[in-house]
Amino acid sequence: MGENKTSERIFTRNFHLADSHRLTRYIETGGYTALAKALGMEPAAITEEVKKANLRGLGGAAFATGVKWGFIPKGSTAPKYLVINADEGEPGTFKDRYLMERDPHALIEGMLIAARAIGSRVGFVYIRGEYVKPWRILDGAVKEAYAAGFLGKNIQGSSFNFDIVLHRGAGAYICGEETGLLSSLEGKKGWPKIKPPFPAIKGAFGHPTIVNNVETIMAVPHIINRGAAWFAGLGTKSQGGTRLYSVSGHVVKPGVVEAPVSVTLRRLIYDHCGGIRGGRKLKAVVPGGSSAAILTPDEIDIQMDVDGPKSKGSMIGSAGIIVMDETVSIPEALMVVARFYAHESCGQCTPCRESTGWIYKMSRRIVEGKGRKEDLDTILDVAKRGAGTTICAFYDGAVGPYISYIEKFRGEFEDLIRNSARA
Amino acid sequence: MPKLTINGKEVEVPEGTNLIEAARAAGAEVPHYCYHPALSIAGQCRLCMVDIDKVPRPQIACNTRATEGMVVHTETERVKETRRSMMEFHLINHPLDCPVCDQAGECFLQIYYMKHGLYDPRMTDEKVHKPKAVPLGPHVILDAERCILCSRCVRYCDEVTHTGELGIFHRGDHSEIGLFPGKTLENKYSGNVNDICPVGALTDRDFRFQVRVWYLDTAKSVCNGCARGCNIEVHTNKHRTHHNQGRRVARLKPRFNADVNKWWICDAGRYGFKWMDDKSRLLQPLHRVGAQAAEVSWDRALPELVTALQRARPEEIGVLASPQMSNEDLWVLRRLAEQLGVKNVDWRVPPRVPGDEDNFLIRADKNPNGRGAEILGITPGGITPGQGGLDAAGMLRAAREKRLKLLWLFHHDLWAAAWPEADVLAALEGAENVVFQGTNANEASARAHLVLPSAAYVEREGTFTNFEGRVQRFRTALAPLGEAWPDWMILSFVGKALGFRDPVFAAERSEQVFDALASTVPAFAGMSYRGIADSGAMVKP
Repeated sequence: MGENKTSERIFTRNFHLADSHRLTRYIETGGYTALAKALGMEPAAITEEVKKANLRGLGGAAFATGVKWGFIPKGSTAPKYLVINADEGEPGTFKDRYLMERDPHALIEGMLIAARAIGSRVGFVYIRGEYVKPWRILDGAVKEAYAAGFLGKNIQGSSFNFDIVLHRGAGAYICGEETGLLSSLEGKKGWPKIKPPFPAIKGAFGHPTIVNNVETIMAVPHIINRGAAWFAGLGTKSQGGTRLYSVSGHVVKPGVVEAPVSVTLRRLIYDHCGGIRGGRKLKAVVPGGSSAAILTPDEIDIQMDVDGPKSKGSMIGSAGIIVMDETVSIPEALMVVARFYAHESCGQCTPCRESTGWIYKMSRRIVEGKGRKEDLDTILDVAKRGAGTTICAFYDGAVGPYISYIEKFRGEFEDLIRNSARA
Repeated sequence: MPKLTINGKEVEVPEGTNLIEAARAAGAEVPHYCYHPALSIAGQCRLCMVDIDKVPRPQIACNTRATEGMVVHTETERVKETRRSMMEFHLINHPLDCPVCDQAGECFLQIYYMKHGLYDPRMTDEKVHKPKAVPLGPHVILDAERCILCSRCVRYCDEVTHTGELGIFHRGDHSEIGLFPGKTLENKYSGNVNDICPVGALTDRDFRFQVRVWYLDTAKSVCNGCARGCNIEVHTNKHRTHHNQGRRVARLKPRFNADVNKWWICDAGRYGFKWMDDKSRLLQPLHRVGAQAAEVSWDRALPELVTALQRARPEEIGVLASPQMSNEDLWVLRRLAEQLGVKNVDWRVPPRVPGDEDNFLIRADKNPNGRGAEILGITPGGITPGQGGLDAAGMLRAAREKRLKLLWLFHHDLWAAAWPEADVLAALEGAENVVFQGTNANEASARAHLVLPSAAYVEREGTFTNFEGRVQRFRTALAPLGEAWPDWMILSFVGKALGFRDPVFAAERSEQVFDALASTVPAFAGMSYRGIADSGAMVKP
C-alpha cells in the first residue's frame, strides 16, 4: 500500500499548547520564520516551491495550489486579492475551525507568503458566520500581527505591504463555493458566478483573485521552511503532505485526525478513531464530506489522498469522514442529505433548483412509507440528467449521495418500498 | 471575425459573438430563457446547451464565444435529450394554468415544450406554492409560481433602467422574484419587463384578461408619443369585439430597432393609446352655426371649407398645422398653402408644461414629426421664403384683433398651450371662421364652426421623421373610426375642389404623396416610400 507511517504533525503540532493561538508562542515555536525566508524569495520561486510540494487544495476540489496561483495574469497591474475560504460548510467537516482556534498565526503567515507569491496587497478571510469563537481568536491574532509589524505597511522592514480583512458569512452552504463566496464577499446574494471568466482572471470585485482553503494556506509556511521535497515526500505520488481528517459518526473516538495522505480509510477508522462504537458492524462510510459518494465496508482499503476515493467512484473532498454503523437506515440518511441539498441550493440554475427539491420529496415519501417502485429509478434518472449541467459543483455534490446511496443500498430501499406497499 | 461551422454550415461572425447569436446567423435556433441580447449573461436556465467538437460535455451557448474553427452542433441526440431534461426541470413546479394565463399563446414554456419537450411528466408530488397575483407596480403583476427565475427582469432593472427594484429572494425551489423593501416597480420603462419575461410570471395589468393573444392582429407602427419615434407593434382586436371592453387597440409592444429604441419603449408610449378608442373621438364632420352644432356629411362639410378659403384673402387665413401630422399630411398642406398663397403657416405651439426628458428614450418634444414639419418648411416664411407670414402666436393675435377670416387648426389642444386661456378663447371668438381638424374633441373643436374628423395614425399609413432625421413608416392597423379620414386625404380633396392641378391632390395613396415630396425636397432625395426599411431612412443633412 506504500503507506507513510510517519507520525509527523504539521498542522496540529502546537494543538496541545494552551496558548498556541498567541503570537509569542507562535514565534517561540518557529513562527514567521517562513515569512522572513519568503520575503527574500522571488514570487515566482515561491509558487514553484508550492507546485513541487504537490500541495493540493484541501477544501474539496483538490486542485493543485501552485498551479492555481500561476493563473494570475503575469504583469497585470490590477489589484489582486487573496481570499481564504473559511466557510467550512461541508457536512462532516470541522478541521478549519480547530486550525483557526489553535493556530491562527499559521494562517496569517501562510496568507502573507501566498500574497507575496501572487502580488496581492489585500487578503480576505471569509469565515462562516456560526464560527464565533474561531473568528474572535483569528481577529485577535490579526491585531497581534498588525501590532508586531507582520501586517500592514513595510512588513518586517521590507517593502511588502499586506492587509487582512475578516468577513463573516451569514450561514449559507453555497457561500463556501469559491465564486458564491466571492459574490457574498462583494455584498451580493451568494450566487456562484458563471465561468469563464475564472476568479484568477476576474474574481473579487472584478479583479484577479485566488481563493484557497484555510488548511491549504496553512501548509505553505511549512513548505517554505522545510522544502518542497520534504512535504511531497510525506504524501503519495498524486499529493504531498499530511492533512486533517474530520471523523464523525459511529466511531469510538470521533474528532480531527492529522495523518499523511497515504493513510488508509480503514486505518483512520479502526486505528486512529478506535473502530466502530459498541462493537457494532460498519455499514457505510462517506469519505469526503456529504457530497462524496458513499462507500461500503469492502471499499475502505484505500489511501485517503486525492486518488484513493476516486478509485471507488467517490472523492476525498474535504476529508470529512462520516462513519455509519449497522443501526443506520440508508433511506433515512439519503432523506437527510437530500433535505440539506434542497435547503441549500442557491436556486440559480434550473436543474439544481428544481430537482433538489423534487428528489427530497421523493426520498421523504419513501421514508414515510409512501414510496413507489418507480421512485428509485426516477431519482437516479433525474440526478444523472442534472449532473454536470450547472454553473457550480453544488449539484454534482448532491448527485454523489443521490446515486451512490441508492445504487449501493438498493435492496434496502426496495425492501422499504415493498413493505410500505404491503402495509 | 472568427469563422466557425454550425450544423455543417460555415458562418463568419464578429469577435465576441456568442453561440446563440452565431447559430442564429447560421439559421439555427437555440432555445433559451435567461439569455437576452440586451442583458448580461446569467447562464441560469441551462437550456441553451449545444455540442462543440472536442469538448466532452454540452456547453451553454450563451456564455460560449465563437472561435475560429469551432465546430458546433445544435441538434445532436445528446443536445435534444438535455433540452428535454431542462424542460422537465423548468416545468415540475409550474402550475400549468395555461387556460387562465395571459401569456398562453406567446409563452416560451408552451412553445419550447411543444418543440423540444414532449416528455411524459413524472412529477407527482406536491408542487412548491408561491405568491400569486402580486402587483409589483402600476403596470406589472407577478405570478411567482409561473416564474422560471431566469432573472431577465432583475437584470433589466439593474442594467437598463438602473433602478434596481427587483431581486430574487429566498433559496432553492423557494426562490422568488420580488421587490426590495419600500420599492415599487414604477420606473418610466417598467412595462418592458412584461415583454422580456419569457413566461406568464410578469404580465401586463392593462392587458390582463382582456383578450387571448391569438385573436390579435399586428401592424408595424411608430409611437407618436414623442420625437424619438420608437418602433412599435400595434396589436388590435378586430374579431372578438365583445372582449377588451370595446377597445380595438389591445396593446402596444416595442418593435426592435437597433438605431432608435432597441427592444424597449417607455410606459407613457406603451399605455398612451387610450385616446384612439376614446369617446372623445371625432367620428363625423360637424357644422356649427351659433350654438347649434349638426353632424353633416363630408359632401356638405368640404364645400363649407372651400367656400371659406375662397372668401378670404391669403393674409386673412391662418393655418396652424401639427407635428402630430405625417410627412404626407404636411406635404399636401404645404402644397395647398402655396397654391392659396397663404403665408401664415406654423406648427409650433409651446406646451404649458414642458415635456419630461431623459437620456434614454424619452424626448421633451411630445410630437412624432416636429423634425418633419421643420424640414418640409411648415414655417412662417418657410413656404415663401423672404416673405414672413404670422407664426402661431401671431395668428392668434390677428384673430383676436379680428384680422383673420379663417383660422384652420390641426389637432392642437390650445388649452394645454403656454398661452393664457383667455387669449386663446378670445382668438377663437375673434376669428370669423374656425375650422378644427383632428382626431379627438377638445376645447377648440367645441368652439369651431367646422369640425373635420381625422383618422388616427393607427388607422392609416404614412411616415414620421424623428428628432434625429430618421424617416420611419407606420402601417395601417385599423380602419378609421366613423367617417374619419387621413389628413392628407382631406387636404387633397380641398385642393381638388379648389381646382388646383398639382398631381399631389389627385394622390390615392400615401405612397404617391411621399414619393412626390421625396422628388422635391432635397433632404428626402433618393428616398422612396417602399424603399424605407424597417429600420428607417435618414434624411440628408
